[in-house]
Amino acid sequence: MYTKKVISHFKNPHNQGKIKDADAIGEAGNPVCGDVMKIYLKMAKNKKGEEIIKDVKFETLGCAAAIAVSSALTDLVKGKTIKEALKITKDQIVKDLGGLPAPKIHCSMLGVEALHEAIKNYKKEHSNKT
Amino acid sequence: MKKIYLDHSATTPVDPKVLKEMLPYFTQKFGNASSIHGFGQEALAGADRAREQVANFLNCETGEIVFTSGATESNNLAVRGFIKALQKNKANQNKKFHIITSLVEHDAILEPCMELEKNGIEVTYLPVKSNGVVDINKFEKSIKDNTVLISVMYVNSEVGSIQPIREMGKIIKKINEKRLKDWQRLSAKDRGEKPQKIYFHTDATQAVNFLNCDTKYLHVDMLSLSGHKIYGPKGIGALFVKNETPLAAMQLGGHQEKNMRSGTLNVVGIVGLGKAISMLDKKNVEKNNKKIAALRDMLVLGIKKNIPDVVLNTDRANATPSHAHFSFLDVEGESSLISLDLEGIAVSTGSACASGSLKASHVLLAMGIKVEVAHNSVRFTLGKNNTAEEIRKTIKVLPPIIKRLREMNPLYKN
Repeated sequence: MYTKKVISHFKNPHNQGKIKDADAIGEAGNPVCGDVMKIYLKMAKNKKGEEIIKDVKFETLGCAAAIAVSSALTDLVKGKTIKEALKITKDQIVKDLGGLPAPKIHCSMLGVEALHEAIKNYKKEHSNKT
Repeated sequence: MKKIYLDHSATTPVDPKVLKEMLPYFTQKFGNASSIHGFGQEALAGADRAREQVANFLNCETGEIVFTSGATESNNLAVRGFIKALQKNKANQNKKFHIITSLVEHDAILEPCMELEKNGIEVTYLPVKSNGVVDINKFEKSIKDNTVLISVMYVNSEVGSIQPIREMGKIIKKINEKRLKDWQRLSAKDRGEKPQKIYFHTDATQAVNFLNCDTKYLHVDMLSLSGHKIYGPKGIGALFVKNETPLAAMQLGGHQEKNMRSGTLNVVGIVGLGKAISMLDKKNVEKNNKKIAALRDMLVLGIKKNIPDVVLNTDRANATPSHAHFSFLDVEGESSLISLDLEGIAVSTGSACASGSLKASHVLLAMGIKVEVAHNSVRFTLGKNNTAEEIRKTIKVLPPIIKRLREMNPLYKN
């Protein structure tokens, strides 16, 4: 049912946990299946002076697919600029996992939504400060 | 890694004695049971013996058994075939029929009922109490003048609750007898047509292993069962159809099974079903029930003792000895299932059929369980080959799995 990659992420999720002094937090949920994902971002500037996601962590309540999606997503966004991170699509995550069973494709949306939510919150905070 | 199977409500392994009985019918006694020559007659003899074994178990006549491909087909035939037969009768053309069933039935009953509803049949879906059992008083009150069929499952596949089939059967019988008597009392000119009898069907798929399925004791007119839930093969089932029960075939063409179910007899499967059911004599059932209940209780105790925030959704006083259905709060059921599977332990999150769906189980919701708690469910169903060692291992493996998944949950507060 699940690919080896999905099971591997599920067994040993990357970047799972909290960031206590996170610069932004985003949360997304699916009311039908009850899954919830929370994403924490720590920002920094690269040499060019662009803002990048220096560190990322996640917490997820959900099925194996939701947990694997969360883990794969955090791998994809780490070190990316905000612009690059916003370009990540659910299809990219699914591809990265070697595919998901059809009824679980919606789980990949959860990851993207939580990330977008976190970036939106960060931008809001950031514009308030400046 | 030695694997542990705790999903006997989904299916059971074929018992070696059953397999031995089936094997000759693949290559040696392979004839078509409808053929007149020796090959055919040899196959027919095997099917006939199995029919006797099933009839013996159900305490009915061999002519009252219709072999099918499984309980799904049996249920479809019972509900749709029955209504089709009534509708064929010209005298019934303008009548609005009423069916009673329950909210916790298998989809193989619910979906045919919903389809009939679209075609103008009235359907009542009985609610259940918090333990998953239909309230007998509500049941009795739901019976109306135009009720023609009542279909209630004997045992719920998810939580294992046992429905009071015999009590229901007796109530229906009493109503039928009273209606007939009242009609007979009228003078011939006032009588009108004979009152319509209410027929009673039960889906006994999950009950056969554990409970009395004597059709006379239960007072049922139709009963569905399946081979692979009772250590027999997949792809074979039966429908008991009491003599004089109206039933129209849903599948036409070969005239087998007294025209009620066309198709070449699955002799291999039928022989297997017969052997499997013949092994369920009173002594064996009692012995297995006792053994399985002891293991199940050991599992329940071990889980409750070692894991906090657990809800047991199976009401053991009103359930089969096999079921232990839990909600591990704040942990999605499928994640528990996959984690256990990685340790070689097979369980289910509800019914295997429901796993393609993301929605919470309709059975748990009908029992008044909250959606989020329903999503936390894990079903253990034990069988006759499980051992105490397997249960000990399960009790040991589970607590760290639940702990890990809870720690991942952003909503979990410990």
